[in-house]
Amino acid sequence: MISRITQRLLKALPTLFGISFLSFVLIRLIPGDPVMLLLGERGADPETYKHMQEALGLHLPWYEQYFTFLKGIFSGEMGTSIISKQSVSSEFWARFPATLELGVFSMIFAVVLGIPLGIIAAAKRNSIVDYLLMGGSLLGYSMPIFWWGLILILILSVQLGLTPVAGRISVMYDIDVWTGFLLIDTLTETVRSEEGFAPFLSALRHIVLPGVVMGTIPLAVTARMTRSSMLEVLSEDYIRTAKAKGLSTMAVVARHAFRNALIPIVTVVGLMFGSIITGAILTETIFSWPGIGKWIVQSVNQRDYPVIQGGILYIGVLVILVNQGVDILYSLLNPRLRK
Amino acid sequence: MIDVLKKNKSALIGLIVIFFFLFMAFILPFFITNDPKAIFSDALRLPPVWMEAGNQKFLLGTDDVGRDLLSRLVHGSRISLMIGFFVVLVSMTIGTFLGLLAGYFEGRTDKIIMGIVDIIMSFPSILLAIIVVAVLGPGISNAIIAVSVVSIPSFTRIVRSSVLVEKNKDYVQAAISFGAKDSRIIFKEILPNCMAPLIVQATLSFSDGILNTAALGFLGLGAQPPLPEWGIMLSDARPYIESAPWMVTLPGLCILLLVLGFNLFGDGLRDILDPKLRGR
Repeated sequence: MISRITQRLLKALPTLFGISFLSFVLIRLIPGDPVMLLLGERGADPETYKHMQEALGLHLPWYEQYFTFLKGIFSGEMGTSIISKQSVSSEFWARFPATLELGVFSMIFAVVLGIPLGIIAAAKRNSIVDYLLMGGSLLGYSMPIFWWGLILILILSVQLGLTPVAGRISVMYDIDVWTGFLLIDTLTETVRSEEGFAPFLSALRHIVLPGVVMGTIPLAVTARMTRSSMLEVLSEDYIRTAKAKGLSTMAVVARHAFRNALIPIVTVVGLMFGSIITGAILTETIFSWPGIGKWIVQSVNQRDYPVIQGGILYIGVLVILVNQGVDILYSLLNPRLRK
Repeated sequence: MIDVLKKNKSALIGLIVIFFFLFMAFILPFFITNDPKAIFSDALRLPPVWMEAGNQKFLLGTDDVGRDLLSRLVHGSRISLMIGFFVVLVSMTIGTFLGLLAGYFEGRTDKIIMGIVDIIMSFPSILLAIIVVAVLGPGISNAIIAVSVVSIPSFTRIVRSSVLVEKNKDYVQAAISFGAKDSRIIFKEILPNCMAPLIVQATLSFSDGILNTAALGFLGLGAQPPLPEWGIMLSDARPYIESAPWMVTLPGLCILLLVLGFNLFGDGLRDILDPKLRGR
């Protein structure tokens, strides 16, 4: 097992290396002189120009630049944002919990709803229920989520006034950061003794809409995957045996089929965790959610290159580590691979 | 062909939707008199004709600067179809070529190509597209390039795995024993036998391409105004979500339907071309 884990991580090394190189060359591929781009008109002054060039390390040969860049990664020093003048790593970690909380919420939504729907569709294969569920799943899969978000805002927030349209919590509350997850931080004893459950409810009302929007495509994928995985298992001999024994459909599905169908489902759900950031970029932009996605889009629009560079690196590395983790988990779950 | 389509409802419905948008893109513009970029300053944010205050002249209403929405949607369908077409053309050509090389030669070629593919795939698609746009600058052609880059890996993977299977079959071995050149074996013998999964992937990439380019447009990183691209129309409409909801509803509905059409068609095609999966 341990050798398998090390093997996995070793296999990921070239990819990690590739990502670091990609994020390194990016800032150098931009047409024009990066120093002039960063400085604007002030770059006309040779003194300022030279200063900036040295600050960026652009006067060194490229391999030395790359080496310095790698050294920076390992010491956690990823450069400074041009706009906010804050270090990129501190900006990233300040925003990461917001994205993670939204991501976890949306995945719970997708899994809790998607697995039962997929099972129902498989159990009622080729019935009207199955067609409706799978049609709905394809609809969800084809959804432009940036539009879906606006439509839900239009119906639930604008017309029915049920949910707020932006942010993570009402501005009335100032919650101390403990875990960075507002749904947890608002439940600490100090908060509860001062404000009761109102801050928690406010945070919950804020997360529901973006969570649903971000969870829509994962929900569709989970339901489809569960259905096809269940169908595969339901055609196995041992299921026929179980049915022949006279077990009810419910018992067959719950006790025999579902457990075996779970392995591919876990993999797909795990791999979706890695791609949460795709949903986050669009969802956070629509709902002004202060996370990584909105941060990256903003930096691209403001041409804040150090942030883009660092952001790509962090996200790429995270996605790879999560995917490797899923793979290891998969081999733990599947007895056939456990050697 | 028609018999097969009749049996496979999902492919049939998908095809109907696709034909509807082809009609919208290439026939309807001849019947619509309003220019998609023309500004009618006396008709700002008019609702569609079936609502109160609607105007016969603008069947689906107007946007915030008084442009005819129907005309913009119709011209937008042409842009979206064109985007999808180019994304598939570029990514399929490059992706297939790389997949053929990797699968046929294996060894170091395979390692290098698949290494790059793995790196590309480890990035969330829209993020990678944003990165490419950040380097190239915003604009519709750069957005197409960006989205194509994102779609290359799936073609490469599919072609590579079919090549690995086909390569060991007798007809390829026979061609090798005749002393045929590598290029002939790859393009004349192997490639035609990899077409089925390739066609399915092309259909699905078409819809992904449309969706991702619209998302870039929505984020302000894709096509630029005043081009009537659906993603831009949506982001333009955001401030008016309360006062002019039709500006938000219609472009998004078009994106959803077109993408759904291609996904239905692709799903159906997969069932038709790959009988193993039929009925799943």
